[in-house]
Amino acid sequence: MRNIFLFIRRYFNFVFFVVLQVAALYILFHYNKFHEAVFSNVANELTGNIGGKYNNVTYYFHLKKTNDDLAKENEELRNKLLSNFERPDTTQKMMQDSIPYDTLGHHRKYLYREAKVVNNTVSLPNNTLTIARGENQGVQKNMGVIGPTGVVGVVINTSANYAVVMSLLHRQSKVYASLKKTGETGYVFWDGNSPLYITLKNVPKSAPLAKGDSVVTSQYASYRFPQGILIGTVMDIVDDKTSSFYTVRLKPATNFFNVQYVTVVENLVKDEQAKLEEETNKINQ
Amino acid sequence: MSDLVRNTIRFVLFILVQYYVLFQIRPLHQFVVPYVYYLYVLWLPFSMGRMSLMLVSFLFGLTLDYFTQTPGLHAAACVMIAYLRGFVVNILIPQEGAEQNYKSPSPVSMGWAPYAVYVLVLTLLHHIYLVFLEWLQFGSFLFFLGKVVATSGISLMLVLITELLFFRKEKFRTNTA
Repeated sequence: MRNIFLFIRRYFNFVFFVVLQVAALYILFHYNKFHEAVFSNVANELTGNIGGKYNNVTYYFHLKKTNDDLAKENEELRNKLLSNFERPDTTQKMMQDSIPYDTLGHHRKYLYREAKVVNNTVSLPNNTLTIARGENQGVQKNMGVIGPTGVVGVVINTSANYAVVMSLLHRQSKVYASLKKTGETGYVFWDGNSPLYITLKNVPKSAPLAKGDSVVTSQYASYRFPQGILIGTVMDIVDDKTSSFYTVRLKPATNFFNVQYVTVVENLVKDEQAKLEEETNKINQ
Repeated sequence: MSDLVRNTIRFVLFILVQYYVLFQIRPLHQFVVPYVYYLYVLWLPFSMGRMSLMLVSFLFGLTLDYFTQTPGLHAAACVMIAYLRGFVVNILIPQEGAEQNYKSPSPVSMGWAPYAVYVLVLTLLHHIYLVFLEWLQFGSFLFFLGKVVATSGISLMLVLITELLFFRKEKFRTNTA
């Protein structure tokens, strides 16, 4: 027994080193699996705060670009307004609609919340953004995030006033996409090489594809994103003779180098969908 | 300025510079990531025990990790160089007990050549371990090798610039005074 104590005392430094290493590695691998970590809520709040202060300064330098983007988005939205379209009136008589509610059962599916980006990385192997809107302001894990020009990512962690978003430039990011022209579906991920490109896979070669084609979110991604949000445009097509599927390099629609404002998308009926799918899975087993 | 105050200020500055300046630079290439934050660990005083050295390094690495959302990654690398620092210093110090005469490792206290070796060895160890942990999750051997070499090169350049810009005057201390 005494020898054991002597041994521990002699090599105490080494033992302490191993303990700290194990602690660090445990946090690292635990975090990457479940997106949660020790004190991550408190730390989020703190780093988010510092990020907010820093952003107050850098925000100023991007004002012009941000303004351009927002103006362009406004223009696009204005073009979609119903009042832009005129229908020739063919009715002969004015009638008062007597039914007070919409009989077609229209209900709201997506709710949008604006948020400011306070922290952003593009040069790491797993890139994230921090936004200044958290649980208290209605942001929850797994919500989709879009920017003025296209898809940004998915919320992976939240605290009271901040949330961390996994951007498309993240190793674990995967978004179901479809070609805007013909509707063939596939998925978009990042291979970790260059932040200037993302990769689209699983689109069958039967689909006509050309440089510059738009790739948008597919209906299968509707759990998080509305259908038809731009993800990127085709930069070049890798010719893989062994596969009957395309591997395509895309230029992301969102410029991750200067994203300033994003919109968090909440799917109000996702619980219903998830519940139904889960019940069905149980029956099938 | 006492050692505690000085090192606390350095702690904050190194984290902020690393995250808000170096990590915000547009990536030149996937292999090139400019790291300079670990210089904090190399600059800690000789008088600290190995245990407290490791503890401070762990906290330092973890703080950076919470900014980059990779808890544990930098902490593990920092703890390793903190542990190995003592051995490297012991080999490189020009004469027995010379570390008693100066406060912390610097070109003045150790001499330019031994100090350069000290920085080189610990930089390589730090990057090899850091990139190895990344490599476990993805990538190929070429990625590992290329990233270690490229990142070490750029880090050594940054360390040199830092040493020249912030030249630390080290007072020679003796028992006779």
